[in-house]
Amino acid sequence: MSASVQTLEAMERPPVTMASRFEGELLEVSMGPQHPSTHGVFRMNVALDGEIVRKLKPVFGYLHRNHEKIGENTSYLGSMPYTDRLDYFCSMTNNWAYALSVEKLAGIEVPERAEFLRLILAELTRLQNHASLLGFLLSDMGAWGTPLMYAFREREKILDLFESLSGSRMMCDYMRFGGCRVDADDEWLARAKQIVDRFPKFLDEFEDLILGNEIVIGRTQNVGKLSAELAINAGITGPMLRACGVNYDIRKVDGYGFYPRFKFRIPLGEHGDTYDRLMMRALEMRESVEILKQAFPQIAPGPIVNPKVKVRAFRPPVGEAYGRIEGPKGELGFYLISDGTPNPYRYRVRPPSFINLTLLEDLCLGHTVADVMVILGSIDIVMGEVDR
Amino acid sequence: MIGTGILKGMAVTARNFVGSYFEKDRLTTVQYPEERSPLPENYRNFPFLIYDDNDPHAGLRCVACKICEKECPPQCIYIVKSDDKKPDYMGKPQFYPKVFDIDISVCMSCQICVEVCPFEAIKMDKEFELSQRERFDHLLLRKEQLSKSNGYYHKIHPVEAEAVDTNLADAAAAAEAKKKAAAEAAVKAAAAKAAAAATA
Repeated sequence: MSASVQTLEAMERPPVTMASRFEGELLEVSMGPQHPSTHGVFRMNVALDGEIVRKLKPVFGYLHRNHEKIGENTSYLGSMPYTDRLDYFCSMTNNWAYALSVEKLAGIEVPERAEFLRLILAELTRLQNHASLLGFLLSDMGAWGTPLMYAFREREKILDLFESLSGSRMMCDYMRFGGCRVDADDEWLARAKQIVDRFPKFLDEFEDLILGNEIVIGRTQNVGKLSAELAINAGITGPMLRACGVNYDIRKVDGYGFYPRFKFRIPLGEHGDTYDRLMMRALEMRESVEILKQAFPQIAPGPIVNPKVKVRAFRPPVGEAYGRIEGPKGELGFYLISDGTPNPYRYRVRPPSFINLTLLEDLCLGHTVADVMVILGSIDIVMGEVDR
Repeated sequence: MIGTGILKGMAVTARNFVGSYFEKDRLTTVQYPEERSPLPENYRNFPFLIYDDNDPHAGLRCVACKICEKECPPQCIYIVKSDDKKPDYMGKPQFYPKVFDIDISVCMSCQICVEVCPFEAIKMDKEFELSQRERFDHLLLRKEQLSKSNGYYHKIHPVEAEAVDTNLADAAAAAEAKKKAAAEAAVKAAAAKAAAAATA
């Protein structure tokens, strides 16, 4: 790692609690739903004592569109394009999680090349999600524009790859039960390899830009501390849990796909504060680049979809299955109950952003209003997934 | 020392600013209406119907089987089957859609209609500049607006269209061969019957 973690003992930091200006009165402020830094239509009712947050009530549901009920009324395949719209930054991983649970339900094998393609696309998704998250987080802190534009420049290259493979930048709808929809040609793989090879250069630059910056450190260290115990009890997953020092990554725990064949490390945090969460993303991108570098030489020609799976009138046997993957935001799972008809009897999504958001009040109490935005940004939410 | 991190970051910004004049990699913006980046072969937007040759009615490949209408996840396709039949590309009489509407304000470009179509009749268009002044009627595309020629399909998806044409030609040839074989078999059977009758 190139950026060193500095402590700011030399810097005087203001005391966390200030004397209340309004004796015994709290000021209630409604933040959102159209506040630019709430990452979508999300509202918080904050009770303030001067600048200090004393109570916080998240209000969501503005983007609710009945995803789970729609899933029960469309065919299994028909839900696949809807999963793109859950977390619209990472449609590839959403597709994979859903395909994985249907494959578990119906006992479908996936050809080798399709597994490699899925893994490559999932790691590319992780790269672009984390890059844009870092940009958004800096934007929330007031570094308006510049880091976000640098991050988006990298992200756009990866989205161009998705577009040339699947036909759409964000709503990829790429995976199918038992494989993938379109095959990647050698030219695409060479292009992807080139982008991945150049990615560490962007990471070095980005870490120089932000991670040593005193303002970033001052705004993030010791802000929004989360203890490992509380995180585990609340069911937090993903980089937010690992920032507290808990070694839990479903790529290692479940070993789905071809992840057991790859050598990669799981970065772990120590303090569980916003700075650790930010660093976690930067370090995970480096590990994703390592995985991708191992994947490109291994991919061999072959079929990309299991020919036994019917496109029309697909009926899995009676039963239930829960498939989960390590999405860029945490554990993304789909729980399906089949009663033998073409539609699932129950279709349940376990969205990582929604469950990670439940701890917002615990993280924000005692901090200033400006810190609430930074903490919210570091949780990494997408309202499409929170409200479903 | 306090301040070095900020200076380091500013050096990065300066490098990007100066670099944007020299390195193509650092200046990726495309000035859209004047300058356009090429669309990839696989790009998809909204579906359209294909007709062969130059006649949008006689050449229309759609046989109004309504599979796409049934499988469409947001239910944006509306089809009414015709009363009479017209010959398809193999010369077989088939129904055709009297009404074929796609509400592209509902369509979510998922390509499932293309995947389930057994007749290669519906494909994805690349037209994306579709803004309209009116809210409802103008985004409901009728059969006349949806029907586009096979030549247009070749223009927007050259590789895919070539493969589709080969498949269709193979299917037509196979059907022709089957017909011929059936005719020959019928002639043979008739001859055998006649021979059997003669011996009896």
